[in-house]
Amino acid sequence: MDFPVYDVLIVGGGGAGLRAAIAAAETDPGLRILIVSKVYPMRSHTVSAEGGAAAALRPEDSWETHAFDTIKGSDYLADQFVVETFVREAPTEVVQLEHWGCPWSRDPDGKISARPFGGMTTWRTCFAADKTGFHMLHTLFQTSLKYDRIERLDESFVTTLLVEDGRCVGVVALNQRSGEMSAVRAKSVILSTGGNGRIYAFSTNGQICTGDGMALAYRAGVALKDMEMVQFHPTGLPSTGILITEAVRGEGGYLYNNKGERFLKDYVPTKMELGPRDIISRAEVSEFEKGNGFKGEYGDYMHLDVRHLGEATIDRKLPFMRELCRDYVGIDIVTDPIPIRPVEHYMMGGVDVDIHGATSLAGLYACGEVANVGINGANRLGSNSLSECLVFGAAAGRAAAHRALEAKAPTANPVDALLRDETRRVEKKYREASGGTEKMADIKADLGRSMDSNVGVFRTEQGLKEQVKTIEKLRKRYAKLKIEDRSHVFNTALTGAMELDFMLELAEVMTASALNRRESRGAHARRDFPERDDEHFLANTMATYTTGGPPTLTFRPVRITHWEPKARSY
Amino acid sequence: MAETVTIKVQRFNPETDTEPRLQTYEVPYKEDWVLLDAITYIKDHLDPTLSYRWSCRMGICGSCGMNVNGYPRLTCSTHLRDFRAGMTVEPLANFPVIRDLVIDIDDFMAKLKSVKPWIVRQLEQPLGAGEFLQSNNQVDNYRQFSQCINCMLCYAACPVYGMENEFLGPAAIALARRYNNDSRDQGAADRVKVLAASDGIWDCSFVGECSAACPKGVDPAKAIQQTKFDTVNGFVMDAMLTPFGGRG
Repeated sequence: MDFPVYDVLIVGGGGAGLRAAIAAAETDPGLRILIVSKVYPMRSHTVSAEGGAAAALRPEDSWETHAFDTIKGSDYLADQFVVETFVREAPTEVVQLEHWGCPWSRDPDGKISARPFGGMTTWRTCFAADKTGFHMLHTLFQTSLKYDRIERLDESFVTTLLVEDGRCVGVVALNQRSGEMSAVRAKSVILSTGGNGRIYAFSTNGQICTGDGMALAYRAGVALKDMEMVQFHPTGLPSTGILITEAVRGEGGYLYNNKGERFLKDYVPTKMELGPRDIISRAEVSEFEKGNGFKGEYGDYMHLDVRHLGEATIDRKLPFMRELCRDYVGIDIVTDPIPIRPVEHYMMGGVDVDIHGATSLAGLYACGEVANVGINGANRLGSNSLSECLVFGAAAGRAAAHRALEAKAPTANPVDALLRDETRRVEKKYREASGGTEKMADIKADLGRSMDSNVGVFRTEQGLKEQVKTIEKLRKRYAKLKIEDRSHVFNTALTGAMELDFMLELAEVMTASALNRRESRGAHARRDFPERDDEHFLANTMATYTTGGPPTLTFRPVRITHWEPKARSY
Repeated sequence: MAETVTIKVQRFNPETDTEPRLQTYEVPYKEDWVLLDAITYIKDHLDPTLSYRWSCRMGICGSCGMNVNGYPRLTCSTHLRDFRAGMTVEPLANFPVIRDLVIDIDDFMAKLKSVKPWIVRQLEQPLGAGEFLQSNNQVDNYRQFSQCINCMLCYAACPVYGMENEFLGPAAIALARRYNNDSRDQGAADRVKVLAASDGIWDCSFVGECSAACPKGVDPAKAIQQTKFDTVNGFVMDAMLTPFGGRG
């Protein structure tokens, strides 16, 4: 059987994937590039990013301070060499996006504007009002249409990676429209599938953020790094978890408890509302525990107040926030404070990659939230992730292109057999299975709620051990999944079931990694080990897959270049 | 029994059905639920075979557009409380249906590409030269047209597109205008060939349904009018005849 052969195949069409595709196309216009996405690229979750993209563009700024802020923000778990490269590249990438038409907000002199952001010592978060991710995504997507060599396979769900002789040679994808499974061969494969926030019930993430790429790489034998490091954003809307951007505080918004106090004075006195996300989320939970939260239908909440900014500033800088609060809370932020509480937001951990996005599996690359290249460590600073998508999306695209120029085309025969096996596996497991009793939505809801309570802002050994057992039970229930839709065309019950399979796998890795890190660092706060312990844990958690068992966990020392770890206080 | 709301949903599975049909569901009524919550409730608890698209649930990804009581809406920002009498939910009008509430948007994807929705430059400026300067007024020139989320509500509302699918349609024209109005762009001359072609701007009968339906405040009708005006007044024609045309 003949399978299409691409030079560079990109799984996921969000910010990182599109940037990678364009970089590959510009490396050599002769390369044949394919973006496979389970949605249309412009639906990707990059679209929901709001606040901005960090880059030391302003003359008074420097890459050194951006690097230090990022490393301190990471609680010294970031790879310092990678951070240095990142902060040096970020300004060029922001300008590149400007040349491609991104509608950056401007200063009076016509230059790209910047706003303050949490944990950043100066104004370096470039923004397009409060829809930065939306504008970046559409700019990248529309620009990608310019390149005829960038082809797309929209709404196709990758079920497995094709691995032959220790190298990744493509993917098997389920075409949602036809229901057919097919193999796509490639000399290089880039994973850019985004995060896995939907493992939690209360998350800012869109429905599609199910960690597919992390699970695909993990099952192919690539290590997942620091999967215990989950970011909880301090300002989500209490009922839906919709994100209220940090830019609200960047523009001068205040956080109040039920006593009318700006309670952050007791937690991050020098930074207040511009403290890093991990510390502010913990501060909110600590205040709730003291009884200082407002009581609501969805639990405790705080007030985020921008009334003093005035309507003109709000409409210029935060129009989408006004719209979201009007539509989903029924308030006008010009006259009412915004109810908010901490919400799962971002996965610092991910597929272990080097500075070029290369994984330990030859031919496989990863970039964006799916990857852990090392800039975020134990806590990401807001607005570094959009820049990360650009810098490391471009790097992965170039590296994958160079490999494709040198690599031989994969042979067809083994792919034939691999496709047959994978098609059979999916048919047997999902379309032909009978006698199941467990409802998918129930398993997913139980997974989400248990992760919220046991692997949340604060963790304990007891809670984490309970979660290990819970996941074990959920996996047993998953084995008895009730299959209620056996059709082929746009069967979202089928893709949903495969996503849930991925999520259960990743939840196990996250919980095991959290249990194994017996210290508190960045977003990983253990009540039973409240201090950071550099002697034992100045190291990245590496989780590798074992068939039928829990992940194998090891620690790998963090790379330190110029910045010796110090106490992290703000 | 707790309060409920009646939702009729158009179902169609091409593998088993010859015609679409309406199926009725009783869904719990919650004051702060949007229609998307109710549809997801149906999927999770009443009928897992229902297919529809959604992701961000905050009105920005553009996936969840459907016709609600005959009018195109984003279901993630359509509140149950505004439809206590019940709702009939159908796929967006004017598109082929793949299954249930899932429409085929291939046509739009091709039209989008045809208007060259990217910055066209005769000469690229090196990155080392920094950004193009733009005043906030210059940004305001194209800002509203850049807010399009490709949700397809305007195509579902457009009577012309409903009659003849060849029409370029509101979103594609608005996005062409978005680039034409951008001081960094020099591609107006390229785009006019598509915009002024027989299926371009002149097909629009200017009823403004597109602008009324847009959930993001984009005004495609204005984009079409601006482009008609420019074309008649030779602005775009000039651009077409000037080798380094446009407004650098």
